[in-house]
Order: sequence, then C-alpha cells, then structure tokens
Amino acid sequence: MNKQLRQIMLAALFTLAGIGAASAQNIVIKGSTTVLPIVQATLEAYMKMNPGTNISLSGGGSGEGIKALMDGTTDIATSSREIKESEIALAKSKGVNPTATVVAIDAIVPIVNPKNRIRDLTIDQLSQIYQGRIINWKEVGGEDLQIVVISRDSSSGTFESWAELVLNKAKVTPRAQLQASSGAIVQAVSKNRYSLGYIGLGYLDKTTKALTVGGVPASAKTSISKEYPIARPLYLYTNGAPKGEAAKFIKFALSASGQNIVVKEGFVPVLDSAKTPIKGKK
Amino acid sequence: MNPETQASFMKWRYFRQSVFFGIVRLAALLITVALLGIIVFLFINGFRAVTWGFLTLPPTDSMTKGGIMPAIIGTFYLTVGAIAVAMPLGVVSAIYLAEYARQGRFIRLIRVGVNCLAGVPSVVFGLFGLGFFVVFLKFGSSILAGSLTLGILILPTIIGSAEEALKAVPQTFREASLALGVSKWRTISRIVLPSALPGILTGAILGVGRAAGETAPIMFTAAAFFTAVLPKSIFDEVMALPYHIYVLATAGTRIEQTRPLQYGTALVLIALVLGIDLIAIIIRSSVRRKKRW
Amino acid sequence: MFQTANTKSTLTRHLREIIIRKLFAFFAVISVLLLALIVLFLFRQGIPLFEEISVTQFLFGSAWYPTYNPPEYGIWPLIVGSLIVTVFACLIAVPFGLLSAVYISEIAPSRIKEILKSVIELLAGLPSVVLGFFGMVIVAPWMQEFFDLPTGLNIVNASFMLAIMAIPTISSISEDALYAVPREFKEASYALGATKYETIVKVAIPAALSGISTAVILGMARAIGETMVVLMVAGGAAALPRSIFDSVRPMPASIAAEMGEAPFQSGHYHALFATGIVLFLITLAFNLIADYLSNRFKEEGSGTL
Repeated sequence: MNKQLRQIMLAALFTLAGIGAASAQNIVIKGSTTVLPIVQATLEAYMKMNPGTNISLSGGGSGEGIKALMDGTTDIATSSREIKESEIALAKSKGVNPTATVVAIDAIVPIVNPKNRIRDLTIDQLSQIYQGRIINWKEVGGEDLQIVVISRDSSSGTFESWAELVLNKAKVTPRAQLQASSGAIVQAVSKNRYSLGYIGLGYLDKTTKALTVGGVPASAKTSISKEYPIARPLYLYTNGAPKGEAAKFIKFALSASGQNIVVKEGFVPVLDSAKTPIKGKK
Repeated sequence: MNPETQASFMKWRYFRQSVFFGIVRLAALLITVALLGIIVFLFINGFRAVTWGFLTLPPTDSMTKGGIMPAIIGTFYLTVGAIAVAMPLGVVSAIYLAEYARQGRFIRLIRVGVNCLAGVPSVVFGLFGLGFFVVFLKFGSSILAGSLTLGILILPTIIGSAEEALKAVPQTFREASLALGVSKWRTISRIVLPSALPGILTGAILGVGRAAGETAPIMFTAAAFFTAVLPKSIFDEVMALPYHIYVLATAGTRIEQTRPLQYGTALVLIALVLGIDLIAIIIRSSVRRKKRW
Repeated sequence: MFQTANTKSTLTRHLREIIIRKLFAFFAVISVLLLALIVLFLFRQGIPLFEEISVTQFLFGSAWYPTYNPPEYGIWPLIVGSLIVTVFACLIAVPFGLLSAVYISEIAPSRIKEILKSVIELLAGLPSVVLGFFGMVIVAPWMQEFFDLPTGLNIVNASFMLAIMAIPTISSISEDALYAVPREFKEASYALGATKYETIVKVAIPAALSGISTAVILGMARAIGETMVVLMVAGGAAALPRSIFDSVRPMPASIAAEMGEAPFQSGHYHALFATGIVLFLITLAFNLIADYLSNRFKEEGSGTL
C-alpha cells in the first residue's frame, strides 16, 4: 500500500517537473524599492493591455536586483544607482552583460517629522549628521533633541547614491537605524520627531516634511536643471539589450503613457517637455 | 518548639504557599492574556479588511486595494510541497527509529542529527536554500526551491511526532502479531501504522502550520512581492502570506495606506495557522480519550 | 513438496525484510546527511572569507561595512546584539515558562490544565512574522510615546517579543521534566509533613533540574536563532548598544536583510555565510549541551533511589 502510494507521488512529481521546465514566468523583475512604485503601476497598466502575461515583481534594494541579474534569476534589474565597476566585472565573468535603460529621474530628499522646526540643511550639515559628527538638532538651529539618523540598508541604491552625493563615500555612523525601504523610512520619520531620513521624490507625502538642501527645494525642475544637488537617474538593467517580453515591457515604460505613470508616481520623466530623452550616465 | 511558635510557623508556611500559588497563577494568566491580546488587537484592526473580496481577489492599485488571493494560493502550494518532501522521508525515518533500530552508536548519531536539525535557525535554512537549491542546483527562486527548504525545516517535527505516535502503540499488539507468524514489515504496515496514524497525522498538521507561517526560509528561495498571475509551474515565484505581511509593512510603496491590508493579512495568517494547530490539538485529545488501551 | 514451498517463501520473506530494513535505515540516515550537507555548504561558502581577513578580525572587529571599498567585516556588534536580546528575553521567559510549567504539572485543576496547555501550544504556533509585525506596529510606537524615546525599535521591544516565542519551549520541556519526577519523591515529602509549595520548591524542582536546564538552554537557542522578530523590531543599528533602549542588529537580522543583495561568491556573500556559521555553531552548542543534559536527566529516575 505504501509502496504504491510512493510510486504515484514520484510519478506526479516528475510530471510536474516536466510541465514546469517548459513555462516559468515570462518576466521577472527585481530590485530597487525606489523604482518599485513606478514598475508596479506600469505593470498594472501593461497587464490591462496584455492580460495573461506572467510577471513577477520583487523589491529588496538595487543591490538585490543587480545580484539577481548576475545570478540569472531575474530578467530586469531595477536600480536607483549606477552599477559599480566591480559589479560589471563580476557580471562579465559570469557571462552577463548589464545594459542600462534610464526609466526616470529621481531626487533624494531629506525628510524630518512635521513637528521639527528645521526647514533647510546644507550638504555639509547632512554629511556631518550622517557620519555621526553632529548629534543634536540644536547644533543646526533646532530644538535640544538628539538626532535619530535613519538610513537604508547596504542593498539600497538610494543609500549608495546618498553616500556618494552627500557623504562623498564617508562611512555612515553605525548608530544609524536601518530601514528596508523608502516606504519604511517615511513610516519611521512620520512617527519620530527626533528623526532625519532620506527618500526618493515619489515617496513624499503629508506625513513627513521635506527639507530644502542649501536653499534649493527638490522638484522635477530643479532635478533636470541640476540645481538640486542630490538627483540621480533610475535604471532598468538587462542582460544585453532587452529582448522578448521584457523588451516589450521596457518599451511601454518609456512610451508616453509609461512616462505619464512616472509623473503620476511623483518622479521626473525621462522625456522632458521637448520630448527629447535626458541622458543619464551609462 | 512550643505549640504557639509551631502554630504560627505553620501559618506562615501556608501564607508563603498562597503567595507562591498566586504568583504562579498570575504567570499563567499573563501568558493567556498575551496570546489573547495579540489575537484581539490584530482582529480589531484587521477584521474590517477581511471581506470575501479580500480573500479571492488579487491586489490592485499598488496594493492599496484588492485582496491577497495570490498569497493564499502561494502559501498553499509551498505548504503542500513542504509536506510532500517531509512526510515520506520523515515517516519512514521514524518507522526505522521506532521499529527497526537497535540501540547503539549508529542510532544515537541519527537522533543527535535530528535534534540538531531541529535547532538550526530558520535564516540558516534560508541561506542554505538560496545557495544550494536556488543557485547551485539552478532551480531559481521557485516553488520547488521554497518547498524543499521548508520541507527540510519541518522534517524534525514530523520525525519527532511520528516516532512518538509509533512508540505509543502498545508492544502487545506487535507481540501478538509476531506470535501469529506475521512478518515484521506486515506487522508494521498492517497493525502498528494504522494505530499510529492519528498521531502521525497530528504531527503532519502541526508541520503544515509551521511551514505556512515561516518567512525567512522563503524570502529568497520562493517569495515575490507581486506576481501578476497565479503560478503555472513549480519553477515560478509565488506570493506568500507571511512574506506579504513583511513586505507590505517594511518594503511596500504605500505603507500607511496598506496598513489595513497588513492587519488583514496578519489576521488571515494567524487564523489559518492557529486554526490548523487547534485542529491538531483537538484530534490528538479526542484520540487520547477514545483509546481503549 | 510442502516443505520446499515453505522454505522458498520464507526465504523471499526474509530477503524482503532485509531490503526494507536497509532501505528505511537509509532514509533515516538522510536526515543526518541533510544536516551534514547544510554544515558542509555553510562552511564551503563561508570559509573563503578567511582568505581575506582573519577569524579574530571577523569575530571581534567592530565595524560592519560590507559594501564599502575597502569592505569591513567585523561582526562583534552583531554578536553582542544577539547575546543581549537573548539574555533579556530569557530573563523574562524563564520565570514565566517555569512558573507556568509548575502550575500545569502540580497545581492546576485538570480542565484548566488542558486549556492552558492548548494556550501555550497555540502561542508556540504563532508565526514569527506576526509577532514582528505586532512589535513593530503596535508596541514600538506606544513605547516611543510612553517613554519619550528616540525609537521604539530596540532591545527591550525585541526581548519581549522573543520572550513570547521562547516561553512555550521552556514551559513544555520543564513540564515534561516535572512530570518525570517519580511520585515516590513527592509522596515521601508529603509524608514528612511538607506543604505543596515546599514539595515543589525543595523536592520536585531540584529533581527536575537537568530537564529544566535543558528547557532553558533550548529556549535560549530558540531566541538567538529567531529571525523575523529581530529583523522587524530590533532596529538594525550595527553598533554596540549603550542602553537597553538602543537599537541593535542581531546576527539573523543582518543575514536576512543582506542575503538578497550579496552577489554570488562575492566577499559580502562569504561574510554572510560566515555569520551564518557563527550563528549555527552557537545554536549547535546550545543543542548539544541540552542533549547531554537531557540524557543525564533520563538517568535520574526512581532507579536512583
């Protein structure tokens, strides 16, 4: 009795595996939590036009997307930072050729709790705070409160961009609280009047207060004109030029309707009003 | 000791006992309050979200609307897969340990091995699953990799409860069967196993509950933030209830707005897991009461 | 002719028995093999880290910056974080677990006993992500408001949630230990005029001590290996804590947070596996000690009278 049962189960497993090998998901997308809202909204619109496409989406951070691309476990890697030289080398050694497509422009905005009186910080002040050298709000003109520094995990592209543009690659203080996503930083800062965090432009809402940097507010205009110092492109990386279903999806993301979605989510479209693509770094 | 001191000493001893018993009862009460408190909090904040639509529709509008149906299905597939891996392996191992094994170093080694497997942290299983099933065996992030990882995770539970169930079958059954000339294997398969079946089933149900609730082993072996359609093959990624709670609460795009759904998902998950555990407990106690030996 | 048929069928029967026995033994061995496979894999993926840095630098280095250039892989703050939340969790869980075990095995009337045992078993079944969610969304904001703290995601919060996970383990194993104390011990105590309290505290608990220690150690192993709770609730700061209201980053939280982004075979990848090795060795040590203690506790029965 048991033997027959086991035989049946084995047979079932093999048949499943056989079917399985034929049809895994058409598009797998992994990576940045900053780009996530854009991709998710684009996905939903794409699905309406192409029902039945089997797409799987995950966040986790730009680093995860790039790693997945290298390991061959994703078709599109979304990233809010440029791929590193070391990563390109590692990818090439595995036969993967990361190719970038810029899907939007983003600004990283420092945010504080709405109860905080501060309205502006310079890049240098931000850098000192994140390195743990300025530890009290009164040192920058605020109340006598300890500054609770909130940052992102090392997997985050937002973190890498912040580290490069604001800290100049200096180390973030180990006392920083680490959150897993821009959304989580919004949540943490909105509840904590001691805190300071940074998020992508698309995550700004009423629960947190955006600071100006050196007097410049973050917006689409100041990002494109480079007046706002902490702006960066958002990338979609593929192995070689995009092919197949992934190519169709990326084409949709770059189309007028796709870019409308980018604007709706609060980011800066790649095509400006003159309909010319804004060149990001490759 | 004179009678008065003796009497007052007695009084003090009983007073001390009442205090101790009071503390003990308080501890038991607080534990119950903790369990009920957590369930009640989640229920109050979540029941509004759990509608029929919530359970049967996929998420829409950046997860702020719609439901969690793909996550329920995903958890179902992963759990079934885990049991498919752990049950055959676990029950057969338990039969060996309980029926065939002779005392000695060999057996002690296996038992120590099973105990240590039980103690491995779930994140280490996740690391192993990622490195071995996903990358090395090239299964990719998939139901297959996730089920295998979860299966190994619950294997010690299955072995433990199956062995206990087998040991609970009275020795007289076996002796009677063997005395009648029945071979050992027939004795086991026709007499011992059927008697132990409720216990083995209970263990399987508890294993299901455990597999359904684990997050770390599936984070990088099977789970995805969002899948557009239901999985079509065992090489697909899936959404899963525990992972869904985690991502919505920490990595989602609209954390505050999806909060009701987070509570709802948490409520669905604990309803599922506690419901499964409760069924196991009830089966076990009703079997115990019915036992005629 | 009757005799030949008999011998032939007994022979095949015997052969079948041997095959089944060997086959089943093989299956049982697979569990050990799986453990060995996990250990092997962990070590194979983690050891390459020590070509870059030494074991002491890894274990006692105080800076965890795996993605910088040059990367630093010191996990001392992570280890301390793990130890601190485990210790605090046990400070809460051991009294509750032990007292509830005493209640169940000695004092409770039988209906309450059944209910309480079910409560504890259900508590054991609570998924860790739900506890992490609860701690993050309900306890943390409350704690932050109430104590006016910089953050509610800290050692205290994590310890409480971990304690809830450890209590069922400690309670059920202690209960088994107390149950196994021979009735003769307790009857002798009552015969000498001891109250129930005195019997429990001076006879039953000491007799069950090795079982209770097993329970505590397994509870500690559970707490130190727990991932989702510390990932969501402990705060994530990879620094040595200065107060119990500081955030920490226990090892499992660090692994889970960074597992997905370390490219296969990179230095970071090896560092995470090496952290996994440390975690695994610690829980292994706990389990082996518990195993040893529980074997000793089996020997102390009425046989020792």
